[in-house]
Amino acid sequence: MSARSRLNGDLILKGLVATAALAVVILLLALGVELVMHSDLSLSKFGLSFLVGTTWDPVHEIFGAAPFIFGTIVTSLIALLIGLPIGLGVAIFLSEKAKGKRVYGYTIGTLVELLAAVPSVIYGLWGLFFLSPLLKTYVEGPLHNYLGFIPVFSGAPFGLDFFTAGVILAIMIIPTVSAVSRDILNAVPNSQREAMYSLGATHWEVIRKAVLPYARSGIFGATILGLGRAVGETMAVTMVIGNEPRITANIFSGGYTLAAVIANEFTEASYPLYVSALVEIGLILFGLALVINFGARLLIWRMTKGTRFRV
Amino acid sequence: MDTKSSLSNNYRRRHASDRLMTGLIYVALILAITPLVLIIGDVVVLGGSQINLDFLTKLPVPVGVSGGGIGNAIEGSAIIVGMATLIAVPVGVGAGIYFSEWPESRLSYLSSFMNDVLAEFPSITLGIFVYIIIVLTTRTFSAVSGAFALAIIMIPIVARTTEESLKIVPVSLREASLALGIPRWKTVIRIVISTGRSGLATGILLAVARATGETAPLLFTAFGSSYYFGGNLFSPIAALPLLIYTDGISAYPQLQAVAWGAAMVLVGFMLILNLTVKLLIGRRFAGVRAEI
Repeated sequence: MSARSRLNGDLILKGLVATAALAVVILLLALGVELVMHSDLSLSKFGLSFLVGTTWDPVHEIFGAAPFIFGTIVTSLIALLIGLPIGLGVAIFLSEKAKGKRVYGYTIGTLVELLAAVPSVIYGLWGLFFLSPLLKTYVEGPLHNYLGFIPVFSGAPFGLDFFTAGVILAIMIIPTVSAVSRDILNAVPNSQREAMYSLGATHWEVIRKAVLPYARSGIFGATILGLGRAVGETMAVTMVIGNEPRITANIFSGGYTLAAVIANEFTEASYPLYVSALVEIGLILFGLALVINFGARLLIWRMTKGTRFRV
Repeated sequence: MDTKSSLSNNYRRRHASDRLMTGLIYVALILAITPLVLIIGDVVVLGGSQINLDFLTKLPVPVGVSGGGIGNAIEGSAIIVGMATLIAVPVGVGAGIYFSEWPESRLSYLSSFMNDVLAEFPSITLGIFVYIIIVLTTRTFSAVSGAFALAIIMIPIVARTTEESLKIVPVSLREASLALGIPRWKTVIRIVISTGRSGLATGILLAVARATGETAPLLFTAFGSSYYFGGNLFSPIAALPLLIYTDGISAYPQLQAVAWGAAMVLVGFMLILNLTVKLLIGRRFAGVRAEI
């Protein structure tokens, strides 16, 4: 009797928690299935031309996602260009410089983590009222005046554009890049560092020649994870990018991203094909997020041999 | 003589580059932290002056009318985040227990990987998903759909922190309990979970903080409203981040001021929750050290 009830208790608990774990798997699968099913109108009408079509004209029922894909790529690249060196710098500080100075490192670490806790819509509000005018006057203006002969900087400063969106995204991915890279750098064995020091290397030489090469694939993973965050970010970008579907080399021009067009137009989509086209944009985001996340996780898991991280 | 001077030149060059790179690392540090200071500073300066009892409790008023507040948005956020927590905690904690106590099973491996992927998922796609399965079927934007969307965001966070805080419970505790003939399920509930409970609380708080600030998935689920919650869970409902978004991008300075006031409330709530979490984590690690 008591053996039976024990067996049942174990089975019940295992059954319950396994159901919860199964629910996570089902959620992600259902997400993919529903997105595919509800973008069928657009999929069958436009096929692959949806990805390369440059016209987005709901009035004439013509839908091409190229301007949004372009905007997502450009803003994410700007974000990585600015955010990666800064995030990596913070990670190197936390793992190499602040070692042994616990209060110091802890404070800095906490501040950077708080950056991740600020809601996206607050970044958007701040970007709209402060960062955008600030960048327009002090960064875009000088860049246009002195480097305007380069096509990238050729446009007149606008403020609500690819560049501002990229900078906001850079700020938002710094906590991701630095937190993951710090964990990766902490996983580099100390013998690597000691061997280099014993040869008389300076602190920077140790970091550059013994620590960073060892952590390379993990840092690459952290970068891709940051990229994933930039690609999917919605509110902050929607509020500062200007929301114009445009493909241009000029980063001081208004643009649009995949996530932003869904946020702006989904509730206004007035006929089934329109809704379907927006769901297909969601499907593209889903695909991107899947590829990026799988790639990043694999790299990070390989580097740290299965230990998982809080990001 | 020659060798010596070239040696010292080399030495000087190497140390110069060491100092330069150290300097650059500090520059990166400053660049990373400045935005946080600026954001919080701006929110406090512009939002702080808005805050008073009326602002926190009254309904929004039309442009041109003075007074009014964000009472309905605070109420709405509390309701949908509360409902989301009720959905997310059992599922998240359950999945976390499974990941930590049955890590060798295939489902555990698959699900914990998917959990990580879900945690980083673009929240706007979750909004579309919930729109399709709930809003389309019930034919109305609703508190329920908003809560469900937020729950999907909370589950991976709760699951991951649960798993992590249960994994650091020493194996010796489990073994001691099992050796006394206490069944596994009782060991998990009475020993493992109760030892790791501050970690669980941490995870739930983090998830609540994250969900409260989420906007994108609410745009076409909760939708927003200018009234208090009327008792019908299947009708549109206001939420703090939605109000910040719509008022923030409006053309009227009066509404923009309301957005900053609401931002102050939201950021304040965020900071309090996150600092509480920090304190809990500090205590938790102190406790673990004492036990080992």
